[in-house]
Amino acid sequence: MDAFAQSLGLALQLISTADGTLWRIVGLSLRVSATACALGALFGLLLGAWLAVARFRGQGVVIGLLNTLLALPSVVVGLIVYLLLSRSGPLGSWGLLFTPGAMVMAQTLLVVPLIAALARQLLADALREGGSELQAMGAGPMLSALLLLVHERLALLTLLLTAFGRAVAEVGAVMVVGGNIDGVTRVMTTAIALETSKGDLPLALALGLVLLGVVALINMLIALTRRSPSGWTGATA
Amino acid sequence: MKPVDWPRPSVHPMRPPSPPLISLTGAGVRFGEVQALHNIDLQLHAGERLALVGANGSGKTSLLRLLNGLLPHQGQRLLHTLPMRPGEAKPRKPVSAMVFQRPFMLHLSVRRNLQIALWLAGVRGPEREARLRAALDRVGLDNLVQRPARALSGGQQQRLALARAWAVRPDILFLDEPTASLDPSAKREVEALIEAFGRDGMTLVISSHNLGQVKRLATRVIYLENGRMVVDLPVDDFFQRDALPPAAAQFLAGELPWH
Repeated sequence: MDAFAQSLGLALQLISTADGTLWRIVGLSLRVSATACALGALFGLLLGAWLAVARFRGQGVVIGLLNTLLALPSVVVGLIVYLLLSRSGPLGSWGLLFTPGAMVMAQTLLVVPLIAALARQLLADALREGGSELQAMGAGPMLSALLLLVHERLALLTLLLTAFGRAVAEVGAVMVVGGNIDGVTRVMTTAIALETSKGDLPLALALGLVLLGVVALINMLIALTRRSPSGWTGATA
Repeated sequence: MKPVDWPRPSVHPMRPPSPPLISLTGAGVRFGEVQALHNIDLQLHAGERLALVGANGSGKTSLLRLLNGLLPHQGQRLLHTLPMRPGEAKPRKPVSAMVFQRPFMLHLSVRRNLQIALWLAGVRGPEREARLRAALDRVGLDNLVQRPARALSGGQQQRLALARAWAVRPDILFLDEPTASLDPSAKREVEALIEAFGRDGMTLVISSHNLGQVKRLATRVIYLENGRMVVDLPVDDFFQRDALPPAAAQFLAGELPWH
């Protein structure tokens, strides 16, 4: 217990003195996960919108597969991206392996199924409610889905924050494709794993506290958006 | 809200000499295994106020949507070209709008909901703002322009739906049981607006269970049973039960027991 208290004290000291190593790692983590979520939102929302309105043979299979990918282990995503980006892989010439770019790619692949599957379900429900009326007003299926993305923006923001939480907290994918290189690809989760194995508990604990703080902040943002302030009604002229 | 006159007593209309807007010939609608509409022949003329009545599941809403071109169908649906009016550069097809029983409002302000409807109708620039203002003024919601549309009462939302439809200046307004889920006061307001639109010359097609409303608003009544058109009569003739086939007379007696 003493060791824990001692480590906690040192961890708080690292945070309060704005330790350079600590904040470099935190900064990279947030940049990688935020970029991955932005890209994931772009592809995931479009894919979800399309799947909500498209009608094609095998659609049920595709939706089932997408729902299965919700539980995709991050280390498997890391492995797939590793195989794609390795020298002998189809994207080996890009030279992205063991760079933050590879980590962004892996985390994007991790969050796209989550965003697409939940957005599809959300939009399918919204289309049942308002699809006929939007059609009567002249909106085609895809335009209806895009309007309903605006309509459901609060729920989608919650979804994107959830996706960010998943990305920033995962360790498997970034470890495999990033390599946990100090000053280059070391992020909070890989650093925590490494420092713990080295016995440097204060840094690991400090990173753990920051990670916890980030997740808590995300939860607070989700709670705030659920309160639906008047500013979210698009009421500005 | 601006005062709107109550409907005048129905006057037996002669078959309108006005041009046809929509023709259905042998039209049917199927949902999977269910044939919702069978072999419908009907012509809708400009200026008519057509009411579709019948029991639940008789096909009223399907016929309404079929007329509005929202359903895949068998047979033929023809949207006629309107005669050119002074000032019009080229012939055009009728513009339509539809109001649903429970209007769907986006989680946006009253203004944004109207802007989007006008944008979808292809109305751009200053014209859009002018129509938006006029529509809100028409339905008496001009003081609620910034209010979230979903925060409005049921009656206000239905008036907003009417504003959204009216703003696109439709030649034909389709109304699917527009007052069914409203309280009596809101029902009166909405009905008065619909009646006013009709008096302005807008062609109305309304599905309704409320035969009192049908009598007040319609000039022509179609009675549907199991997806078939059983009766198509001027409104006054429809309410003379002697002229009706037994099934329609029974429906009328059930809905208007004092009749």
